[in-house]
Amino acid sequence: MLELTWLIPALPLAGFVVLLVAGRRLGEPLAGWLATAAVGGSFVATAVVFLGLVAEPAAERRFGQVLFEWVPAGGFSVDLGFLVDPLSVAMCLFVTFCATLIHLYAIGYMHGDPNFTKFFVYLNLFVFSMLMLVLGDNMLVTFLGWEGVGACSYFLISFWHTSDANASAGKKAFVTNRVGDWGYMVAMFLTFTALGSIRYVDIADGAAGLTATTATAVALLLLVGAAGKSAQIPLFVWLPDAMAGPTPVSALIHAATMVTSGVYLFTRMNGVVAAAHPWVSTVIAVIGVATALVAASIAVAQNDIKKVLAYSTISQLGYMFLAIGSGAYVAAIFHMITHAFFKALLFLGAGSVIHGMADEQDMRRMGALRKLMPVTAVTYIVGWLAIAGVPPFSGFWSKDEILLFAWEKSPVLWFVGLVTALLTAFYMSRQVFLTFFGEARWDEPLEDAVPELAVERGLLPYEGENEIDDDIEQVYELDHLPHGVGPKEAIHPHESPWLMTLPLVVLAVMAAVSEIIQLPVTNTTKYLEHWLYPVVEQGEHHLTASTATKWGLAVVAIVAGAVGILGAASIYLKRRLDEQPAAPEVLRNGWYYDSGLAAFMGGPGRAAFEAVAWFDRTIIDGAVNGVATVVRVASGGLQRTQTGFVRAYAGIVTAGAVLVVFVLILRGVVL
Amino acid sequence: MIVGAVSAHLYLSLSALLFGLGAIGVMVRRNPLVMFMSIELMLNAVNLTFVTFARELDDLAGQVVVLFVLVVAAAEVVVGLGIIVSVLRQRPGATADDASLLRG
Amino acid sequence: MVESFVFAVAAVVIVAGAVGVLVNRNPVHAALSLVATLFGVAVLFVALEANFLAAVQVIVYAGAIVVLFLFVIMLLGVDQSEDLDVEPLIGQRPAAIAIGVVLIIGLTGVVLTSSLTGAPAAHEWVRDGAEVAQIGRLLFTDYVFALEITSLLLLVAVVGAVTLARTIRGETVDLDEPVPVLPGDPVDLIDEDVE
Repeated sequence: MLELTWLIPALPLAGFVVLLVAGRRLGEPLAGWLATAAVGGSFVATAVVFLGLVAEPAAERRFGQVLFEWVPAGGFSVDLGFLVDPLSVAMCLFVTFCATLIHLYAIGYMHGDPNFTKFFVYLNLFVFSMLMLVLGDNMLVTFLGWEGVGACSYFLISFWHTSDANASAGKKAFVTNRVGDWGYMVAMFLTFTALGSIRYVDIADGAAGLTATTATAVALLLLVGAAGKSAQIPLFVWLPDAMAGPTPVSALIHAATMVTSGVYLFTRMNGVVAAAHPWVSTVIAVIGVATALVAASIAVAQNDIKKVLAYSTISQLGYMFLAIGSGAYVAAIFHMITHAFFKALLFLGAGSVIHGMADEQDMRRMGALRKLMPVTAVTYIVGWLAIAGVPPFSGFWSKDEILLFAWEKSPVLWFVGLVTALLTAFYMSRQVFLTFFGEARWDEPLEDAVPELAVERGLLPYEGENEIDDDIEQVYELDHLPHGVGPKEAIHPHESPWLMTLPLVVLAVMAAVSEIIQLPVTNTTKYLEHWLYPVVEQGEHHLTASTATKWGLAVVAIVAGAVGILGAASIYLKRRLDEQPAAPEVLRNGWYYDSGLAAFMGGPGRAAFEAVAWFDRTIIDGAVNGVATVVRVASGGLQRTQTGFVRAYAGIVTAGAVLVVFVLILRGVVL
Repeated sequence: MIVGAVSAHLYLSLSALLFGLGAIGVMVRRNPLVMFMSIELMLNAVNLTFVTFARELDDLAGQVVVLFVLVVAAAEVVVGLGIIVSVLRQRPGATADDASLLRG
Repeated sequence: MVESFVFAVAAVVIVAGAVGVLVNRNPVHAALSLVATLFGVAVLFVALEANFLAAVQVIVYAGAIVVLFLFVIMLLGVDQSEDLDVEPLIGQRPAAIAIGVVLIIGLTGVVLTSSLTGAPAAHEWVRDGAEVAQIGRLLFTDYVFALEITSLLLLVAVVGAVTLARTIRGETVDLDEPVPVLPGDPVDLIDEDVE
């Protein structure tokens, strides 16, 4: 059964090729169904491979399948091969599962889009790349998938590329990811230099023999790569902007799968992290927890329903990095899986809301939607409870396990993680209350959004102008209305078609019950840990905490979650407290990180780049041009010997022969 | 060496002379056909040397090599004359000096 | 003594023929001088006990190659005299003669000052009259790879000659008129500006 591995990425690839060639002819919705079937088939193939792997004894669950030798270059040889082990199969299972549901959802969500088939072309290519990333048996195949998912992410963020904002959001994601890719590539080169191989099997075997310095360098470079792909400090800026893409893309790429590849990479290379200096894992944990806290605090003040989820995703990825830094690889994968379910659910739910609200994304214009969109509301609430850490939903268990490991690493990390958990519960509750509870606010545009927009579009000279009423008419005549303004006529929210609600229901069930794969009740119910242990044994930290500590920490986490929820309820549901202090300007602007970065890059950064450019022009180009000049002058002299006359050439050849003869005579060789 | 036979030195000197004359011919004559003939002279000089050494060293391999030289010469003449035919068809009466496209 | 006499006569013929190739203005005469040289070499081959090669020399060289030369000369009508009094390349002729003479002196010097230290000449192949058989055996054993390569070489030469000499498709060629040149045509070898 393991021989079917090649089918897992081959099916989405086949779907991609077919849609690329014949997609337009298939049209809507057949193209979408074909793409869904391809990914669904891939899920079935993964399930078969999974069963085959389960049948093997635990120690022998490592199966390689080499398709062909990809890069034969002397002593350096790379196969295009797949590595099937507990980790890659676990990844493939949830990736193909979520992808199938999201494909199904997208058939409904993308209904009527002029580029319907193109969307599924990209989506299938993405799934193929993601599976290559996960299944590759060496770093180069993973890199192929790594770049593939990056390219698809870029295509899909700028899917509605006629708007400048969407196009530049795609560019931002692409450029930021490049920085990370640099780290990955150099890490790959360094690994090859140190170990003579980039196969994961060899790396796992040889990692222990690495010097601490080499392992540290590789781990830090991997951290750069993972931070770019998984949106960690300082490279997280692209993910909020990536919400410009269609919502299924946000759910699939920017919540469930691609952004977790950094976590996967570290889990795969856990031996290297274990061999590095101990402070490396601390760096990873600190970056993770700092990202988690910063992103959660920004999410508190966002008004765009998808922006909240985007920052929430960054925050949850920060948790996974905290887990890696604490040596909790199993917990990281556990959280990755539960997060994939509940965050995909939340994104799809948000998409359903946006769909029902006629593309309105501003939560200030929503409210009371639970009556009009019952299925979306109920499933969304399940996702909310899961991410807010309410037992017995899945998020509680995975987050709790990470916090437990963080406690063992350092109580400070645990405390910051706890504050983040509180913030998470707060902002998610705020979102749910604003969207599904309270009063209906979709009838009228926001007071401040219209003048802001009018100023932005040059219709009003400055903010605060009195004569606004006439200009609102002009604003509404614009083709594309930004969020918060909405169409002039009242919105009629409605429940989404079954194609969209079915995936919501399935994901809600998974978000509620997926903790059964790793219940910390008894040792035997930790299925995921037993399953993954052969892969992560080099880096996995072993808990020493007593049962009482575990219970204590869990209770504290529950209390923190409850505080967050109650706080949000008192502000946004009961309206007992003023909401203004809870969403200060600095947080709404994301700590000014983005604008600060832009200001720095536009000012001193630009000057530095100008200096580099000058250096490149004068010194580097000068050296190159200097060599060229020397060659040109010298060849100008030599050119005169090239008369073009055959007889002159013959004379030169013969003179050369004479010289050879006399040299031989003088040296006595022939005499 | 067989008694009474002409010394190999004489054969080799003759072949050196023939080779030099051929070389001069290539350098002096402008008619491409005559230049080719001069090359044939040089090839013959080499053949003569091979055969002389084949006798002196009692090794038939020298003669075998001459056979190969003959084949190569034939092939060379065929291609060379083909080129000359092409050139002269374009410009009747062209000399080797007229084909100087390779001038730097 | 007989060999000395034969050598002297053949050497005179060879050198005279070679000089004839060099100095004859008319290419037809030069070709005929070449025949003289080739015959002289064939005679020396006999004197050197290479009877088979002598026959090949006469048949292939004098019989085929020189005929090919003459054929091309007649075909293209280029049998007009070459003006040997004019040398367009300044210094080419004295330099060529000087280089040639130095080459001859050098090579002769090498030959005359060296001594041959080979196996005593037994020449069994002549005594047995099995010279051709032995050459054939060598060709198909020790030199079989080179032999196969030469077959390939001849094939390439044939294809090359056909390609070079082919006419433009669908047109008959008037040999008195220059063929119109097409861009990229392989016969476009000559720079029109050169005179």
